[in-house]
Amino acid sequence: MGNKIHSTKLQDKAERHVGTMLLITALLLSVGGIVEIVPLYYLDSTMEHNKRPEILWDRQEGQTIADWKQGDGIRPYTGLELAGRDVYIREGCYLCHSQMIRPFRDEKERYGHYSLASESIYDHPFQWGSKRTGPDMARVGGKYSDEWHVQHLIAPRSLVPESVMPNYPWLVDATVDAEGIRARMGAMRTVGVPYTDGDIEEGVAGVQGKTEMDAMVAYLQVLGTMANLDHGVTYRD
Amino acid sequence: MNYAEAEQKYDFDVVRWFSVAAVIYLVVGTLLGVIVASQLAFPALNFDIPYITFGRLRPLHTNAVIFAFGGCTLMATAFYSVQRTCGVKLWSNKMAWFTFIGWNLIIVSAVITLPLGLTSGKEYAELEWPIDIAIAVVWLSFSINFIMTIATRKSSHIYVSNWFFMSMMIMITYLHVVNSLAIPVELFKSYSIFSSVQDAMIQWWWGHNAVGFYLTAGFLGIMYYFVPKQAERPVFSYRLSVIHFWALTFGYVWLGAHHLQYTALPDWTGSLGAAISLAMIIPSWGGAINGMMTLSGAWDKLRTDYVLRFLIMSLAFYAMSTFEGPVMSIKTVNALSHYTDWGIGHVHSGALGWVGMVAAGALYHLFMKLWNTEMYSTKLVNLHFWLATIGIVVYIVAMWISGIMQALMWRDYTEFGTLTYTFAESVAAMHPYYVMRAVGGFIYTLGGAVMLYNVIMTIRTASSRAPSGSTAAATA
Repeated sequence: MGNKIHSTKLQDKAERHVGTMLLITALLLSVGGIVEIVPLYYLDSTMEHNKRPEILWDRQEGQTIADWKQGDGIRPYTGLELAGRDVYIREGCYLCHSQMIRPFRDEKERYGHYSLASESIYDHPFQWGSKRTGPDMARVGGKYSDEWHVQHLIAPRSLVPESVMPNYPWLVDATVDAEGIRARMGAMRTVGVPYTDGDIEEGVAGVQGKTEMDAMVAYLQVLGTMANLDHGVTYRD
Repeated sequence: MNYAEAEQKYDFDVVRWFSVAAVIYLVVGTLLGVIVASQLAFPALNFDIPYITFGRLRPLHTNAVIFAFGGCTLMATAFYSVQRTCGVKLWSNKMAWFTFIGWNLIIVSAVITLPLGLTSGKEYAELEWPIDIAIAVVWLSFSINFIMTIATRKSSHIYVSNWFFMSMMIMITYLHVVNSLAIPVELFKSYSIFSSVQDAMIQWWWGHNAVGFYLTAGFLGIMYYFVPKQAERPVFSYRLSVIHFWALTFGYVWLGAHHLQYTALPDWTGSLGAAISLAMIIPSWGGAINGMMTLSGAWDKLRTDYVLRFLIMSLAFYAMSTFEGPVMSIKTVNALSHYTDWGIGHVHSGALGWVGMVAAGALYHLFMKLWNTEMYSTKLVNLHFWLATIGIVVYIVAMWISGIMQALMWRDYTEFGTLTYTFAESVAAMHPYYVMRAVGGFIYTLGGAVMLYNVIMTIRTASSRAPSGSTAAATA
């Protein structure tokens, strides 16, 4: 019985020899991931700014983020915005709010222009989310006032009675750690975000005396507002 | 081989500890689920305490059920079945204990860090970098021990359950290492080296294959050992096992892209993911049929053997989820289902129905074998079975209704061509279904608690009967 082959020779060899089984399995397991992930790094069509460079901020020599004007294009987050984004991640906001508008009529009317891959180019990690227990956040910037956001984060149901969002009153009392921001912006630079030394100095100065609430509102208010997207232009085929 | 001989021959103590831990984590993990579900129904339950808000507890819930309950179940069953199918002791009993202690310390660290808001912000991979490194080390200790046990086996061929376990071990190593690549800023803060669409694809390559390999291939390893054992019948078809294994190993890896339909992920990737997803119905159903038909000629056992009921019901849920999944990956369906509670329902029909039920069946089998006894109460096993089944049905029906309803509300237009509903109106409409979901989850958790009680009583009874100084008594 021990020597009879019940299937093919290869299958039989794999079943008798653990190294063969492991090798074939390891090779087969690697194919799907390689085929789906690797091309995303070299196909130009993946990131819309390869075709439409104007959606990225064209920073001139010596400029810092402070020189950026609304609509100049996608840029790295300021120190305060980055601090807000870290609060967003810490509180698990991405579990209920997506940041990825799909190219459908209803989503365009509810949230705005569909999201581009280039818009999250500086998002480590990405915050597209997978669930809308609450509405999409990709273009929430500028839709409400700062005061509205503060009130809404402290007590969501005072503004939206149907809301099931938790209250976040502690954001008002927590201050942002300025030196921590220096380290965080430095780490972001390590993973590829093009921060200049000037950006980092500005970032550290910008969070002095700020609360986590200030940071959160700054982050929410910039979402989706960096580039002026044109509904008449096809950014993605 | 009688019990005393088996006890001499194999390393069972570490398996006992993993089994008991699995049942405890089943109750804890599902209870956390009930809490977060209740918070969505009644937001006052967040109590304005940062550590227990939904956004921090939800990752704790997913980590507890997947890594604590799922992990301990996989390690108990893998370490048990590899010894039985290979006819040898574990390659290293000490290393197995290292795996047990290490894995549980990781779980403790998750319980501490996640409520503190220490998270990498990647869904289902929230734990921060030092814990990620610990996971890699402990996971490799588990895998190497398992593989080396196979290498020292007495049998000529490697049994099918072990193929699935090994496939899981390799894939989870790939996934965990790549998806967790990050640059540390502080002890518990890091930034992923990936961003945008590449990060999204890698995240869902991880996310779907944590389901595909950890919760599917691994639990299929459980199925291929424990269903035939409990039914006392050989696996229905060897050929079907071979096809099931290789098709699943090659194919499942591609599915992650279907989580990103209509996003900024390029169309070709999403379509490829959907096409392979549809093809995966074939091996998945092949496997489900292979498991169920193992009972052929012994269907009457379902009337009396409640443990077997768990195993067979789990295969029914496996078949259902592996049909629902491909359907949801089709673009037109996905346009509706994505971002809604339908996805949550789908995950839970797989997690509660397939993973939870097959785990319960295998664990009951283990308790009886490891303590050389019958369960303290077979009636309670049956009660657990019905609580679990009813709980799941209530849960997924609630999520089907709420998911499809919210999707239809979001895209509904008035006769004047404007959106009919505000987002807030869709949230309000979900309330009854969120309550219903919490109730369904609670019923399921109650079933887990019944199991825990039954297990404790079984071990106590077995220990008081066993001669003093035996290993069974010492570990109880």
